[in-house]
Amino acid sequence: MSMFSIFNVSGSAVSAQSQRLNVVASNLANADAVAGPDGQAYKSRQVVFQTVPMGNDAAAGVKINGITESNEPFKRIHNPNHPSADADGYVNYSNVNPVEEMVNMISASRSYQNNVEVMNTAKSLLLKTLQMGQ
Amino acid sequence: MFANLTSGLDFHSNALVLRAERQRVLASNIANADTPGYVARDINFKEALTQMTQTSSSELTQAGAGLSLRGNTTHAGHLPLAAAGKTSNGGSGTMAYAVQSQPSADGNSVDLDRERASFVDNSVRYESTLRFINGQSKTILSAIQGQ
Repeated sequence: MSMFSIFNVSGSAVSAQSQRLNVVASNLANADAVAGPDGQAYKSRQVVFQTVPMGNDAAAGVKINGITESNEPFKRIHNPNHPSADADGYVNYSNVNPVEEMVNMISASRSYQNNVEVMNTAKSLLLKTLQMGQ
Repeated sequence: MFANLTSGLDFHSNALVLRAERQRVLASNIANADTPGYVARDINFKEALTQMTQTSSSELTQAGAGLSLRGNTTHAGHLPLAAAGKTSNGGSGTMAYAVQSQPSADGNSVDLDRERASFVDNSVRYESTLRFINGQSKTILSAIQGQ
C-alpha cells in the first residue's frame, strides 16, 4: 500500500527536524560559554540534511548526513579579571550567533509541524479508505 | 455482464491509486523542504490516468504494485524530462521536476506553499474519489438486492 510509506517519509523528516532542534538547543545553551582549560570555546554546530530514497523512486525521505562545526572566530572580550582570561587579558566566548539560532529554531519547528500535518492527513485518508464500501 | 457492473469502479480505483501515489510524492517534497540540492517533483494526473486506463487490466495490477510514470508537467514551472532509462519496475518513466520560482542558494527547489496547497488539493480529490466508489458500490448492491 503506497500511502503507508508517507509515514516513513514524513517520519524521517520529523526525526531529522527534531535532531536539528536538538542542535539548536545545545547551541543556544552554550551561547555564553567561555573557553575551557584547552583554550577552545564551544563551536556552533549545524546539521546537514540529505535525501534518502525510501523503497521505490517516488518516495524520498530525509536523514542527517552529519553535524558540522562552525569555523567562525570566537567572540573575544577584554576582561583581565576573568579566571579564563588569556595572557593578553582576553576571554574567548563561543561563536554561537543567538539570532541565527532563533531563526533556525523557528524554521525547524515549522517544518516539524508541516510534516506532522502531512502524517495526520495521510492517516485520515487511510482510515476513510478502510471504510470503503460500508 | 459483471464487467459492465464494475467497469465504473475500475476507473475510480485507478484514480485512487494515482491519487495515493501523488500524495506520496508531495509528502516527499514537503519532507525535503530543507534538504540542500533536493529538486521537487510532481505527477501529471491527467496524463497518468489516461495512460493507466488504456493499459489492460493485467498490466494494471503490475502497475499498481510499482507505478511507472512518464515525465509530465502539471505546472507551468515544471520541466518535462525525457525518459531517462527504464526504472526498476520496467516502466519507461520519470516524473517532472519543478523549476525554482524563487531560487535558493542551496539548490533546493521546493516551494512549500505550492506543495502544501497541492497536498490539500490532492487529499480532497482522494476523498471525493473514495465517495464515488462508495456511492457506486451502494448502487450496485441495491441493484443486486432489488429491494
